[in-house]
Amino acid sequence: MLAFILRRVLQSVIVMLTVALVAFALFRFVGDPIASMVGQEATLAERMELREALGLNDPFIVQFFTFLSRAVVGDFGISYRLQQPVMELILSRLPATLELALVSGIAAFVFGVGFGVYTALRRGGWASSSIMTVSLIGVSLPTFLIGVLLIWVFAVELQWLPSFGRGDVVDLGGWWRTGFLTESGRMSMILPAITLGLYQMTLIMRLVRAEMLEVLRADYIKFARARGLSNRAVNFGHALKNTLVPVITITGLQLGSIIAFSIITETVFQWPGVGALFINSVRFVDVPVMAAYLMLIALVFVVINLIVDLLYYLVDPRLRLDRSAAGH
Amino acid sequence: MSGPSENPSDKTPLLSVRDLVVEFPTRRGTLRALDKVSFDIAQGEVLGMVGESGAGKSLTGAAIIGLLEPPGRIAGGEIRLRGERIDNLPREKMRRIRGRRIGMVFQDPLTSLNPLYTVAQQLIETIRTHMDVSEGEARKRAVALLDRVGIPAAARRIDDYPHHFSGGMRQRVVIALALCAEPELVLADEPTTALDVSVQAQIIDVLKEICAERGASVMLITHDMGVIAETADRVAVLYAGRVAEIGPVRDVIQAAEHPYTAGLMGSIPTLTQNAARLTQIPGSMPRLNAIPQGCAFNPRCPKVFDRCRTDRPELIDRDNGRHVSCWLYDAATQQVAHD
Amino acid sequence: MSETHKPRPAGRFARAWDSDIAYSFRTSPVAVVAAVVSVFIILAAIFAPLIAPYDPFNPASLNLMDGFTPPMEPNAFTGNVYWLGTDNQGRDVFSTILYGARISLFVGFAAVLFAMVLGISLGLIAGYRGGWVDSLLMRVADVQLTFPSILLALLIFGVARGFIPPAYREVMAIWVLIVAIGLSDWVQYARVVRGATMVEKNKEYVQAARVIGAHPVKILLRHILPNVMGPVLVIATIGLALAIIAEATLSFLGVGVPPTQPSLGTLIRIGQQYLFSGEWWILLFPSITLLALALAVNLLGDWLRDALNPRLR
Repeated sequence: MLAFILRRVLQSVIVMLTVALVAFALFRFVGDPIASMVGQEATLAERMELREALGLNDPFIVQFFTFLSRAVVGDFGISYRLQQPVMELILSRLPATLELALVSGIAAFVFGVGFGVYTALRRGGWASSSIMTVSLIGVSLPTFLIGVLLIWVFAVELQWLPSFGRGDVVDLGGWWRTGFLTESGRMSMILPAITLGLYQMTLIMRLVRAEMLEVLRADYIKFARARGLSNRAVNFGHALKNTLVPVITITGLQLGSIIAFSIITETVFQWPGVGALFINSVRFVDVPVMAAYLMLIALVFVVINLIVDLLYYLVDPRLRLDRSAAGH
Repeated sequence: MSGPSENPSDKTPLLSVRDLVVEFPTRRGTLRALDKVSFDIAQGEVLGMVGESGAGKSLTGAAIIGLLEPPGRIAGGEIRLRGERIDNLPREKMRRIRGRRIGMVFQDPLTSLNPLYTVAQQLIETIRTHMDVSEGEARKRAVALLDRVGIPAAARRIDDYPHHFSGGMRQRVVIALALCAEPELVLADEPTTALDVSVQAQIIDVLKEICAERGASVMLITHDMGVIAETADRVAVLYAGRVAEIGPVRDVIQAAEHPYTAGLMGSIPTLTQNAARLTQIPGSMPRLNAIPQGCAFNPRCPKVFDRCRTDRPELIDRDNGRHVSCWLYDAATQQVAHD
Repeated sequence: MSETHKPRPAGRFARAWDSDIAYSFRTSPVAVVAAVVSVFIILAAIFAPLIAPYDPFNPASLNLMDGFTPPMEPNAFTGNVYWLGTDNQGRDVFSTILYGARISLFVGFAAVLFAMVLGISLGLIAGYRGGWVDSLLMRVADVQLTFPSILLALLIFGVARGFIPPAYREVMAIWVLIVAIGLSDWVQYARVVRGATMVEKNKEYVQAARVIGAHPVKILLRHILPNVMGPVLVIATIGLALAIIAEATLSFLGVGVPPTQPSLGTLIRIGQQYLFSGEWWILLFPSITLLALALAVNLLGDWLRDALNPRLR
C-alpha cells in the first residue's frame, strides 16, 4: 500500500516537473518579457540592466530552477496586463471557479450515473431512447451555445434567473468569498452550473451506459442470473458495482476537466473566476498568467488523479494486499 | 412421435424436452439454431450432450434454464420439469426455478465469479435468495459445501476473493454456487474445457459424486467423448441443431447407429487402436443459414441415399433404449435391404 | 435456414447497396437524415458565392442603414428585405451564415486532416520503432489525453500568438487555429495505428520486404491503412464534429478567426451582444446552423461507429 502510494506520488511529481518545464519555456521564450515590462522609451542600457536583474542572462537550468523554487511558493511574477502579482489574481478568483465546478460536478455525476444505469437496463424503451437522443444533442451542442441559449430563455425571455455575474457574495475569513449563502448567489449559480455540467453529464451517462452494457454481458452476470438472483440483486448488487470501478477513474478525470471547461462558461456568464482570467491572458498574450494557469490546472489534474487511484485501490479487491502476487 | 425415454415403465422423467425449436431472427431471414430437439433426463441420471461447436449444445442448456440471449427465442416445442411446463413461465416464476431447481455450471471459472465479492458473499447471497435461513446458517452451509467440493481450509478461505483461487479451485467454487440451493437438475456447460488437463478429471468427479449423493440429475455438455464415456449414463449427439442419436453411453460408443456418431466415435483415439485407422468425416458441419434439405448430414454421409436428400428423418425408436434419426433404420429402408 | 436466405446480388453497385453497412445505413432514419443535413450544409458552404445574395466580406456592398433589419420585413430606411434579417453592420445574415459555415467547415476539415496525418505518422513511428520512441510518444499522448482538447487548443493558440508578430496575427489566425485544433486531437489516430502496426510489423511479409530491400514502413503503410480505415474514419467523423465545435468555441471566445472573416462562432458571439435589445435573429439562425451541422456530423460518426462495430450496440 505504502509503496503504491509512493510510486503514484513520484509519478505525479514527474508530471508536475514536465508541466513546469513547459510553463517555464512559455514564460521564457514566448514574447519578450522585457518589452512587456518596460515602456517604449526605455534605453538599451536600461533593458540590459533589467535583463541582468531578472536573471535572464543566467544559464537555462539556473533560470528553470529559480522559476521552480518561486513557483513552489506561489510566485509567478507580475501579470503583464494587470500589473498585479499573478498568484494574488488567481487566488482571488479561485473560489468562484471552485464553487461552480463543485456544484456542476456533483450534479453531472448524480444525473449521469442515474441516467446511464437507467438507459442500460431499459435498453430499447422509449424513455431511454429519448434520453439517448437528448444526450447526443448534449454532446454535440457546444458549451457556449448551451449557455447563450439558456440565457436567452431563462434570463431574457422568462426573466427568472440572472444572466451574468455571481450575485451577492459573503466573505468568509477574508480569503474565500462564497455565493452559496445568499439568495442571489444561489440563483446566479443555476444557469452556469447547468451549462458547465450538461456536457460532463452526457459523457458520464454514455460511459456508464456503455460500461454497464459490457458488464451485463459478462459471464459472472449470466452466472448470477442462472443462480436465480433477483433482477435487483443482479443489476444493482453485481452489475452496478462492477460498472462503477472503471467509471470512477474516468469520472474523476472528468471532474478535473470541469475546471478547465469553466473557461467557456465563465466567459459566457461573465463569471469572475480563473477561467475568464485565463482567456483574457490568451487574448493579450499575458504569459505569466498563462504559465501559472497551466501549472494550476496540472496540479488539479494530478491531485484528482491521485485521489482516483487511491479510490480505485479501495474499491477493487484485486489491487489490494497481494498486488505483486495476483497482478502482473 | 413417441417420447424417447429410456425406460417406459418409469414415471414422468425429471426433465422432458419435446420438439424444441430455437430461432434467431436476422436480417437475412430467421436462423433455426435448434430444430425439433427432443430428449428426456431421468431422476439421478447423467445425460451427456455432445456435438461439434455450433451444433446447439449450449443453446439447449440456455433454453432449458430460460436464459437465451435475445434475439434468440424459443419458437416451438415444450420443456417440462417433473411434468410441469417451464418454457413459458412468467419471468419471476422462472427466476425462482433457476438456482433452486435447476443449477448451472459455466465453462470458464475465471470469468464466472464476480471479482468484487468474496466467495462467502456470493454463496450466502445465493443460498438466502432461495432458502429462508439466517445469515449464520447460510454461512455454515456454504462452508460445508466448499469443504465438500474439495476446497482445503474452507472455513478460512471462504472470505477470500475469487482471484485468490486457482482455476481448478475456482471451478469448485462455481460448482458449490450452482449446487448451494440443492437443485434437482444441474446443467454443466463444458465445465472442464477451460481447465488444466490435470484437474479436469477431479472436477468431473466432484460434480458427479455430489449429484449422485443428492440424487440430482446432470446434463453434461461437452465435445469431449472421453469425458462422456467415463461420466454419463446416456448420451445425446447433436448435429446442426438436431438430435442425431440418443442411447446408453456404452451402446452408442461401441455400436453407433447414426453414421455421424460412428464417424465421431472413430475420432476418439484409444490405446488399442492404431492411429492410422482413425476415421475422419470429410467436410464440416453446415452453417445455420445453409442447412441442406432432408437429413442435415447427407452431404457428408458415407451411406447417403436418395431419400436422405429430400426428406428429413425423425427420431426412430429402436426399442432397445436407443433412438436414431437416420433413414437407414426406417422400416421401409430395412424392408428393401432384406429383399 | 437455406430457404429464407437471400442470395447475394451480382454487380458492383448492387453488392455495395446490399452490403451490411449500406443496409444498416438504409434502415437507420437517423443516419440518413444526418447524412442529408451534412451534405446539404457542406454543399451550401462550398457554393456560398453562387448562392449568397450578398457578399458579406465586401465592405462596399454594406449599408449601415440596413443594420438590424428583422427577417422578412422591409428595412425602415432603405425598404430592403432580407430573408433572415441583417446584423449590426447591415450584413445579410443568410449570406453571412453561408460564408461563416464555409470558414467553419474549412477549419474543421483542415484540422482533421492535420490531426490525421500527424496521428497516423506518429502512430506508425511509435509502433514500428518501439522502445523509447514508443514510450515517449505514448506518454505524451497519455498526458495530453488527460487535458481537455479545448484547453490545449487555447494554449497552443496563445503560444503561437506569442511567437507571431502582432502585424501578422490576423492573417495567420486561421492557420494557427487549424494547427491548434489539429495538434490537440492527434492522439486517437496514433493509438489505433500504433496498435495495428505492432501486430503487423512482425509478420513475414514485412520481414520479406526488408530482405528484398524495400522500406518496410512503406509496406506497412500499404497493409495497415486498409486495416485501420474503419476506426480512422469513425475517429475522423467524430473529430470533424469536435473540430467544428472547437473552432466555434474559440471564435466565440474571441480568440479564433478575425472578426473580418466571421465564422459561425463569431456570428453567435455578435448575436449574443444584441440578445437583450431584442435582435434575436442575429443569434438564432447561426446557432441553428451550427447545431444542425455539429449534430448531423456527430450522429453520422456515432452511427458509423455502431455500424462498423456491431458488438457495441
